[in-house]
Order: sequence, then C-alpha cells, then structure tokens
Amino acid sequence: MWESLSATFGKFAEQFPIVFNALNVGFLQTLKLFFVTLLGAIPLGLIISFGSMSKFKPLSKITRIFVWIIRGTPLMIQLLIIFYFPGLVLHKQLWGGGESGRFLAAAVAFIINYACYFSEIYRGGIQGVPVGQQEAGLVLGMTKRQIFFKVTLLQMIKKIVPPMSNEIITLVKDTSLARIIALQEIIWAGQAFMKGSHGISGQIWPLFFTAVYYLLFSGILTVLFNKVEKKLDYFRS
Amino acid sequence: MPVLAVENIMKSFGNTKVLRGISFSLEKGEVVSIIGSSGSGKTTLLRCLNFLEFAEEGTITVNGEQIYDGKAGKKMNDAEIRRNRLHFGLVFQNFNLFPQYNVLKNITLAPSLLKIGTPEEIEANAKKLIARVGLTDKTENYPCELSGGQQQRVAIARALALNPDILCFDEPTSALDPELTGEVLRVIKDLKNGDSTMIVVTHEMGFAREVSDKVIFMADGIIEEEGAPEEVFGNPKSEKMKAFLSKSLENL
Repeated sequence: MWESLSATFGKFAEQFPIVFNALNVGFLQTLKLFFVTLLGAIPLGLIISFGSMSKFKPLSKITRIFVWIIRGTPLMIQLLIIFYFPGLVLHKQLWGGGESGRFLAAAVAFIINYACYFSEIYRGGIQGVPVGQQEAGLVLGMTKRQIFFKVTLLQMIKKIVPPMSNEIITLVKDTSLARIIALQEIIWAGQAFMKGSHGISGQIWPLFFTAVYYLLFSGILTVLFNKVEKKLDYFRS
Repeated sequence: MPVLAVENIMKSFGNTKVLRGISFSLEKGEVVSIIGSSGSGKTTLLRCLNFLEFAEEGTITVNGEQIYDGKAGKKMNDAEIRRNRLHFGLVFQNFNLFPQYNVLKNITLAPSLLKIGTPEEIEANAKKLIARVGLTDKTENYPCELSGGQQQRVAIARALALNPDILCFDEPTSALDPELTGEVLRVIKDLKNGDSTMIVVTHEMGFAREVSDKVIFMADGIIEEEGAPEEVFGNPKSEKMKAFLSKSLENL
C-alpha cells in the first residue's frame, strides 16, 4: 500500500515538471490568442458599433445583419469555416501552414466574433449617456470632438466596464475552442498526455490541471476589473 | 439698441409647426419670463436661440449684428455655430452637469477648452462664481453629492463662466422639490441685480410676476400676449391668457 502510494507519487513528481513545461507552452499560446483578440476586437468593435448606429440606413442594416449572424452562430463553426474555407473551396492557402497559420486563422475568427459582441456593448454605452450631456457641451461652445473625449467617453466607459469584464472573462475560456483547428493552446497541450506526449501517456490529470491556469488567470482579471469599477465609482451619471 | 432682437422665428418638426413667427426684443439688463402651457413652444424657442435647433425662418440679432438667418441657417459651418452659441448661455431643466467632474472642473472645463484666459484667471473666475451662487464649501464635491438645488446653482455658475450676453433658463426649477426652488430663484433674482440679461421659461407665476421686466405668454407657437407683468397678470386681454391664468390659480 505505502509502496504503491510512494511509487505513484514518485512518478507524479517525475512527470510534473515535464507536464508543467508543456502546459506553460500551451498557455503562452492561449495568452497570445487572448491578447491579440482584445487588441483587434476592442477597436474593431467600435467601428462596427458606429456602423450599426449610422444614420445611413443601408449601412446600419448590413452591419446589424452581420452582427446577428456572428452572434447567432457558434464560434466553433466560424473557426472551422475561416480555417478550412479558403483551402477547400477557394483552393487558396490563405493562412499558410503550421502552427502560425492556425494561429492567424484563429485570431481572425476570434477578433471578428468578439468585435461583434463588443460593438453591442459599446452601442449600449454610447446610447446610455443622456443626450443632455452632449447638449450641455454644445451650449458651452465645445466641439463635437471635445464633447466626445472630455464629456461622453468616461461616462460610456463606466457603463461598459461590467458587461465588458463579463465578455473578456468568457474570452479567456473561449480561447480553448481554437483547439478545434488544432491550435496548440493549453487544452491541446493537456490532452496530449492522454494520447502520449513527452513519453507520458494515458494520464488525464494534466488536462484537469489546465483548469488551474484558467482559474488563476480569470481570477486576476476579476480583481483588475473590480479595481477599475471601484475607480469609477466616485461619480454617478 | 437692444441686446437681442428676434424676428419671425418659425420652426416645425415634421408636419407640426411648433413656432409660427416669434418676434421680440430685449434690452440690456432686462429679464423676460416666458410662460404658457406645455407644448406652446417655449422650450423650442430657447433651443433655437442656443442653436440646438435651427429655425427654418426668421433672424436673430445680437448687439446689432445679425448672427442668424433661417434662410442661410443650414449653411453655417461648425465654427460659426459655436461662435454664435457663445452669445447665449443655457441652464437646463435637469441641470446636465458633467458627473465625472467636481464643481470647480464643471465650471472651468469649457473656458479652459476654449482658452478664455489663463488657467489661473479661469480658476479665479470660477471660484468667484461659485461664491456668488453660495457654494464655496462644495467646490471640490461631485454633482452626485449635491442636492438638486445645489446642482442647478452650479449649472448657473457654469453658464456664467462664459460670460454670455443673454442667459436662458429652461424651466430651471421644474425638476426640483418644492423646498429647493427658492434657493435657485434667489440666485436668478440676484443675477438681475447684477445686470444680467435673461430669458426665463418658467411655470413659477409668482417669480415671473415679481422678477421680470417683461412677460411673454406663448400659446400654439405664437406670442399671444406680452407686456409688463402687472399688465399681463393683472389685466390680461387674450382669452387664452385668461384661461391659462385661471388654470394656474386653480392649482394653488
């Protein structure tokens, strides 16, 4: 009994550094996808939200239909389509091969998908700032630009922080979907030890262990967003 | 020469004619109250003067210079509109203070952005105005920490900071609890003694009667009756004015 326990532990202690290294490599890819998605989707979302609020009806209609399609279909399908469509249907290697090609395709899919969600949050934020704020700026002789940056923007940010933090924490976990096109993110790395990788096979604990990474990372983000919310708590609109 | 001369202002929204030819003038230091039931066009008139709306017809002349002609109104560029707006100040019914800035910054923001004076001058002037509306101890507070009456007094100081030729009030006490209207009306009364030219859209008949030099009664987009307060209130000529007055008295 003791012998088998200590043998198991010995094996675990031996495997752990190997697994830890492999998971770190996978998590790095997860983080990369996470930040690249934010970097692209945050500004693209703003452009889409302007489109959906445009007074030019055809533009706002088309934008809203696009947002409806993207939000109305699974991100996993979008990933598959974006990755395979160019090669299988257009017979063009758009993404290039290997891990970097898969990353590029995944990033494009994630950016488009998240930009659509963000755009709706922005729209709510922009429309949620009372029109009286803009009018107050106007009668005080400010330019539209000054009104946006000095009056509206911070009120809008205050309104969108809670829904954005929700969405961003969902993104942390959604990055695992990129596994469907074999992007070597952390779930992929953990699962590899079931099939066999680095001389270890038939182990499921590395896959469970990936959850610790997600928990820690989303925990850090939660604390950060709470700080931002607190910081903006000094005023009420 | 009048500070403000308004000629034949017309404005419609869709098929509804809200203003159907409004003309009046105002001498320096005069206070005019505009009264009338809701939907008579009072607020729209103020918004046309502040270029939040653009009259389709009519002219606006300030200090002898015509700054607006309805026929050319659409052609004005942004910079011209902004320059014209600075002749007027507007105090809103629901204050519209900037919630993220404290009292001082609410008042200094526009003058700083428009670079009216040095930062020191702007701040000194703002502090003088805060004292004038009796809120020196609230200088660093945020709007959400103030009562409605205090917020409205800040809004008045904010409008005064740009030193407008004509200060407009759009029902300045309508959003306030009854016990808070007095402090705002007192500030406005005090401005009259300070020689400010003002247009006050109001439902406070007692205030209109006591403070204004001239009362304008609007109904259905036209000026139905105008004159000294004693005349308009004491001896109304138009039937609509009589009906309006008896209805407002009923509420007392």
